Amino acid sequence: MAEVSIRKLNKMFDVTHVVKDVDLEIRDKEFVVLVGPSGCGKTTTLRMVAGLEAISSGQILIDDSVVNEVPPMDRDIAMVFQNYALYPHMSVAGNMAFGLKMRKFAKPEIETRIKRAAAILGIENLLERKPRQLSGGQRQRVALGRAIVRDPKVFLFDEPLSNLDAKLRVQMRVELKKLHERLGTTAIYVTHDQVEAMTLGDRVVVMKDGWVQQVGDPLELYNTPANRFVAGFIGSPAMNFIEATLGENNGTVIAEAPGLRLTLPGSLAARARTRAGRAVTLGIRPEDVHIATDRDSPEFCFDATVEVVEQLGSEILLDTRVGPATVVASVEPTMRIRSNDRLRLSLKPERLHLFDAETEAAI
Amino acid sequence: MIEGALWRRWVFYNIPLILFVFVLLFPFYWMIVTTFRPDGELYLPWNAPNYMPFWTNNPTIEHILYLFEETSFMRWMFNTMFIALVSTVISLFCGVLAGYALARLNFPYAGGLGTAIFITYLVPQTLLFIPLAEIIRNFQLGDTPWSLILTYPTFLIPFCTWLMMGYFKAIPKELEECARIDGASRWKAMLYIVIPVAVPGILSSGIIAFTLSWNEFIYALVFLSSPDQKTVPVGVTSELIRGDVFFWGPLMAGALLGSIPVAIVYSFFVEHYVSGLTGSVKG
Repeated sequence: MAEVSIRKLNKMFDVTHVVKDVDLEIRDKEFVVLVGPSGCGKTTTLRMVAGLEAISSGQILIDDSVVNEVPPMDRDIAMVFQNYALYPHMSVAGNMAFGLKMRKFAKPEIETRIKRAAAILGIENLLERKPRQLSGGQRQRVALGRAIVRDPKVFLFDEPLSNLDAKLRVQMRVELKKLHERLGTTAIYVTHDQVEAMTLGDRVVVMKDGWVQQVGDPLELYNTPANRFVAGFIGSPAMNFIEATLGENNGTVIAEAPGLRLTLPGSLAARARTRAGRAVTLGIRPEDVHIATDRDSPEFCFDATVEVVEQLGSEILLDTRVGPATVVASVEPTMRIRSNDRLRLSLKPERLHLFDAETEAAI
Repeated sequence: MIEGALWRRWVFYNIPLILFVFVLLFPFYWMIVTTFRPDGELYLPWNAPNYMPFWTNNPTIEHILYLFEETSFMRWMFNTMFIALVSTVISLFCGVLAGYALARLNFPYAGGLGTAIFITYLVPQTLLFIPLAEIIRNFQLGDTPWSLILTYPTFLIPFCTWLMMGYFKAIPKELEECARIDGASRWKAMLYIVIPVAVPGILSSGIIAFTLSWNEFIYALVFLSSPDQKTVPVGVTSELIRGDVFFWGPLMAGALLGSIPVAIVYSFFVEHYVSGLTGSVKG
C-alpha cells in the first residue's frame, strides 16, 4: 500500500539542470512508466525516489511522509537495475536473503519468503548457483526475486529489460505485467523503449530534457498527444509530420503544403480557425494513411511517389514522397506495390493532428 | 599467440621468450648450484683442468649448516617475517579504506588527493631514508623492528591505496547501491558486498606489499645495526661479506632460503593474484 508524490522536483549536477519541476502523483498499486530519450532525466528522477541521488529542490513523499532526507535503506523500496547488480560472491538464495538478513528477519521467515518468490519466478532449481553460472534471463529473474522477497512498498525498475535479447525481452515484459497484477505493488519503471512503456504502464510519463511532456494512460498518449515530441515518440512506426500553412476558404479551414491540400474536419477546424495564415505541422500516423478508393472524399486525398517498400509480413510500410515531405503509410500485406509507383493516398480526417510550428504544442 | 609463418613465430615469439626466461631464471640456478658446491670447487681458478662452473658432482649441505649454526639466520628470518607481516597488515588496512574513500566517496579534492598520495610513492627511498632516520632517532626507535614496521607503510600505503582505488572503481557501483536499498548502511554495504568482491585485489596488493617489505634493503640497512635485529637481505650481506672476503656458499644459501617464503606466497595465491592484476570482477 503506497502512494508516491513527487512535487516540483529538481536536480542540478553542478551547472547542468537535468530534472526540471517534475510533478507526479503515483497512486497505490499503479504501474507508472517514465519514458524518454537518453539524457531526459528519467533515471535521475527514479534514483532520487530511491534515495541514491540528493534532491536539489522539491519534495518526494512516500505515503504522505517526506523522504527527502531518508537514506535508501529506510525508504522500504526495492530496485531492479539494468545490469542486475547481483552480488557475485553470493548464491542466488544468498542474493535474495541479503535484504532480509540486513533487516534482521528470522531464518525460517527468510526461507519461506525465498521459496515463495522462487516459485513465482520459476527459479527453484537455481537457488544454489552463483550469478556467473546463470544466463541473462535467469539473472533478471533473480534480480526480480531479490526485490519480491522484500515485499516493499514500491518497486523501482531502471531499464531492467534492456540487456536482454529481443525475444526474451518480450517474454519478460509479459511476465512483469503478470507479476504486477499478482502482487499489486506500486511500481515506477524507467525505459527508453516506447513499446515497453505502452504495454506495461497503467500510466506513462513522457520526459524530454528534464521536463515532463505529458502524463496519461497509453491510449491517451497515442490518441491525443500533447505536443509534437510526444506524438513522434509514442507509436511505431513514428507519426508523419508535414509542414503546412493554414488558410480559409468559404468557411472551411484548409491546410496547405506543396503537393497537398487538405480540408480540416469540423472539430479540428474550429480549433484551428483563429490561426489562418499561420504555419503549422500536420501529423498523421502511418496506420491512418491508406490507398485512396472511390469512397474516400477527395478533400482528404493526395498524390505520392513510392520511394521504398518495406515488407514486414503483417503489413507493408510505404515510404512515399509528397512534395518535399516524406509520408510513411502502412498498407495491407496483399498489396503489390513497387518503388517509383505513383499512388493516390487518403487519410482518416478524424485522426489528423495539428501542432503549432513554433511551440510544437498540439492545437 | 602470433599468427603466421613458422619462422615468424620463432623469431618474434619463441626465441625472445626463451631468452627472457633464461635471463630471469639463470641467477636462481646459479644460486642453487653455488649453495650445494663445496668450498674446494668454489674457489678453483677458471683455467683449472677440472673447472666445472655450471654443475657439481660433490653436492654438500655444509653451507646451509654453517648458515644455521654460525650465524643468526633463523633470527633474521623471524625478524623479516614479523616486520613484513605487520607492515603489510597495517598498509592493507589503510590502503583498502583510503582506496575505497577515494574511489567512492565524492568529497572535494578527492582527485587531487589521490594524485598527491601517488606522488609520495614516487619519492625515491634512497632520498627519503635521510629525513626518516632523523625521525626514527627522535622517537628512539632505532635498532628495533618498529623502525621498519612504521617506515615501510610510507611507501606501502600509497601503493596499496592506488591499487585498491583502481580495483574499487572497477566494481559496478550498482552493487553497492542495491545493497543500500536492500537495507545496508554504507559501512555494511562495504563490509558485506564491496570488500568480498574486492578480495582478489586485496590479495594482490597484500602479496606485493609483503614482497616489497620482505626484500626491502635500504631502510633495514640504515635503521638496524645489531646482528640480532637484522632482516634476511641485510643480515646475509653484512654478516657474510667480511671486508673483501665473500663467503659465497653461505651467502647463496641465505639468498636461496630467504627467497623461499616469497616464492611460496606467490605460488599459493597466484590464481587470485593474476585475476586481481587484470581487474576482473566476475558478475
